Amino acid sequence: MGKEYEVVIGLEVHVELATKTKIFCGCSTEFGGAPNTHTCPVCTGMPGSLPVLNKQVVEYAMAVGIATNCTINQNCKFDRKNYFYPDNPQNYQISQLYQPICINGGVDIETENGGKKTVGIHEIHMEEDAGKLIHDELGENSLVDFNRSGVPLIEIVSEPDMRSADEVIAYLEKLRMIIQYLGASDCKLNEGSMRADVNLSVRQKGETEYGTRTEMKNLNSFRAITNAIENETARQIEIIESGERVVQETRRWDDNKGFSYPMRSKEDAQDYRYFPEPDLVPIVISDEWIDNIRGRQPELRDEKMARYAKQYDIPEYDIDIITSHKKLADIFEETVAICDNPKKVSNWLMVETMFLLKERGKSPEDVAFSPKNLAKLIDLAEKKTINNNVAKEVFAKVFDEDIDPEKYVEENGLGAVSDESELRIVIEKVIAANPKSVEDINAGKLKAMGFLVGQTMKEMKGKADPGVVNAILKEIFGI
Amino acid sequence: MSLMNMTAIQLGDKIKKGEVSTAEAVNDALLSMQKVEKDINSYVTILDEQTIYKRAEEVQKGIKQGEYTGSLAGVPVAIKDNICTEGILTTCSSKILSNFKPMYNAEVVNNLLKAGAIIVGKTNMDEFAMGSTTETSYYGATKNPWNMAHVPGGSSGGTCAAVAANECSYGLGSDTGGSIRQPSSFCGVTGIKPTYGTVSRYGLIAYGSSLDQIGPVAKNVSDCATVLETIASYDPKDSTSVKRESYNFTAALRDDVKGMRIGIPKDYFGEGLDAEVRESVLSAVEVLKNKGAIVEEFDLSLVEYAIPAYYVIASAEASSNLARFEGVKYGYRTEQYEGLHNMFKKTRSEGFGAEVKRRIMLGSFVLSSGYYDAYYLKALKTKALIKQAFNDAFSRYDVIAAPAAPSTAPKLGDSLCDPIKMYLGDIYTISVNLAGLPAISVPCGVDSAGLPIGIQFIGDCFNENKIIQAAYSYEQTREYVSCDLCR
Repeated sequence: MGKEYEVVIGLEVHVELATKTKIFCGCSTEFGGAPNTHTCPVCTGMPGSLPVLNKQVVEYAMAVGIATNCTINQNCKFDRKNYFYPDNPQNYQISQLYQPICINGGVDIETENGGKKTVGIHEIHMEEDAGKLIHDELGENSLVDFNRSGVPLIEIVSEPDMRSADEVIAYLEKLRMIIQYLGASDCKLNEGSMRADVNLSVRQKGETEYGTRTEMKNLNSFRAITNAIENETARQIEIIESGERVVQETRRWDDNKGFSYPMRSKEDAQDYRYFPEPDLVPIVISDEWIDNIRGRQPELRDEKMARYAKQYDIPEYDIDIITSHKKLADIFEETVAICDNPKKVSNWLMVETMFLLKERGKSPEDVAFSPKNLAKLIDLAEKKTINNNVAKEVFAKVFDEDIDPEKYVEENGLGAVSDESELRIVIEKVIAANPKSVEDINAGKLKAMGFLVGQTMKEMKGKADPGVVNAILKEIFGI
Repeated sequence: MSLMNMTAIQLGDKIKKGEVSTAEAVNDALLSMQKVEKDINSYVTILDEQTIYKRAEEVQKGIKQGEYTGSLAGVPVAIKDNICTEGILTTCSSKILSNFKPMYNAEVVNNLLKAGAIIVGKTNMDEFAMGSTTETSYYGATKNPWNMAHVPGGSSGGTCAAVAANECSYGLGSDTGGSIRQPSSFCGVTGIKPTYGTVSRYGLIAYGSSLDQIGPVAKNVSDCATVLETIASYDPKDSTSVKRESYNFTAALRDDVKGMRIGIPKDYFGEGLDAEVRESVLSAVEVLKNKGAIVEEFDLSLVEYAIPAYYVIASAEASSNLARFEGVKYGYRTEQYEGLHNMFKKTRSEGFGAEVKRRIMLGSFVLSSGYYDAYYLKALKTKALIKQAFNDAFSRYDVIAAPAAPSTAPKLGDSLCDPIKMYLGDIYTISVNLAGLPAISVPCGVDSAGLPIGIQFIGDCFNENKIIQAAYSYEQTREYVSCDLCR
């Protein structure tokens, strides 16, 4: 007799904040750079160095907290989390345990059956990222790069409110949207600027106590998260069914192999010996400061959708897709501001942009072309200076290299030829070369007309306006 | 007569007037070192002569060109070896930092260099400032210049001995639980522990971050006030640094205690206090009373809780502060190891001395889950109550007068065999750190064995000027007494 199980999931989401400098020193947070070039005595844990808090980190954390309906802790503090690992130069991480900056929030998500549900947020705290270990594959050495050491993070800890992988993805997408809209982070899972650890347990349906949970790490994509949740749910059910007990542990997901394995703990006993960070003073957050951040909150997605419905004459479907990524919405608005053709802009973003993103394996955050060039392209197509096929070709160039379409069309002679006399010469050549088609047309097989249009386009290297070609052919054949 | 017999200000004055050159000043400091250093062992590192003379020449030029106008320009200074000096060995008297040369200067060092100071060396200390005798140094104990069978006190024993033995004109120490005041009293010199937040900790290798302060050690109160004025500054690099209204500490050098209310905590004069120390300190108080101060006894209470609270908090912070020394980035690394954790363990086992290990273990224990509330939180609450008791006292008194230590300097070897006894020796100094207060220790006599005794004046937060004024007024009634070595 099969029992029915329910999965219970809570998430710990780490988000790298988009500050220019690190959380406790003035070093750059820029990605890349030769190893240990974005470092100083503070972020390399030199003896005698001291941390100084970056105010922008507090403001981003507050902004995320406000947008996720949290209470701002007006007397928050940092704590030290002590553990030995070489990527952690002080052998403690400055984090928040006792008094995190945001508490008791939550966001609404849509569930599979179209219903709504609130996922509670237990807390959001600020902390520093660690450096990166590089293992020398030839020798036996490991090297440390401290460029990432001290990059600011917030950790968003949810309540165990999710009951399926779909709900987890909906929650993550909601968080990502909010944070991107706030400009607090670009939230790229593949680059690690957003990371989610999944706490998961299963229990029989109707049970009120939670089962023993595991924590899953190394989840670098929504796909990996979904796979890991399904795999871990099945694994735990199997353990329970076989009469054994789930062990509370941290596991690492291997997405290529499609399974997880227990991680060796950073220290044998996981006692982080937290205590208040004596090198930093408590952060006192005034009502004025909170009001100020609240007043500066940008328009979030729900507000934006409502505004688009009023302001632009485009379908709800378009609004949904365009606002699904802050980056797309930004480009949409900026482009419409230049060319005042919302539907055309929306089409280019929804169809061609999405197609190229998928083909290039990129996400909407990676869009790098400028609204000015998209507007120019739309203008060229609207004025029929170029035909649709050429427009797509030019757009690919805009998408990849952000070229100026006007210049590009001119330099490459891609302008549509609508000069009839020039076209007639070519068409007559095509007719002369295809007597069979002429025969067919004269016999009433009008399909052959399309063939002649195609041949003409080919002769013209795609630059002709197919409408004009068609009209000339009709005239010649007296149709 | 050696120029090192002068106070720092007297020497600075002569240099400024051109009566003495900076080269002559450092020459006399080096001569003193040659004479006594092999016996006293005040220094871990003495800078090489070329470097010292080159700096002396630079400063001489700077004085001439008007770059250095302060009273410390050209005066030789010794820096405790837990204060970072760029390119100069900074060991904390530990094996684990035996090869560590910082890539930057501590803020106090920069402040001194801007004033034209000439650094002659880095002074010995208890390893990582943990100890009260300067015997836990990896580089050997420092001896008391007054009697080499005795310790100089600690942890700033090297600095205090160097000042007492004329191996420099003044020095910097650090005080976490009495580490400036107690050795100052043992060595017959003057030392100030400033209000927490007055002197930047940037570049001070941390022991107990919430208690540590750097402060001056010198031959008299005037020198100390002048040095404090030079090193104190608001430093945005230290989040616990306080922007003070005034850094004019020399303004308090006034011989006037008329109407000053001096509180005598009865608890500081009870059991455990050496009779000769008691008598000497009380007669110093009597001197001030005769000069017009209003003296009154009171109950400070909570004194017995200060030591356990201190050792919990300081050790907890130390266990975390010292975690960064593991052989990966700098300092000593064990020669042979298998894998990462073995390297950590061996490096730390070999690199740290017994007292440091004891405090790391103590600190790790009180922070571990299940004990945090019982020890660490309770200690923090005790700290808050102690601060409250001092607040009450300072609503009635301008300064509190007390001994700096329960006895004069013990014999070498006597303290290490009984750490609890050594910890109890901090009883009169430790509360000051827990409450973040300023205090000064000034010589007030010698015992029958000829060892110096110090009186401590404690002030309310940011009231350095009151303790400086009391100490200065007292000092005007007696001559500076140097040890036999310097006569």
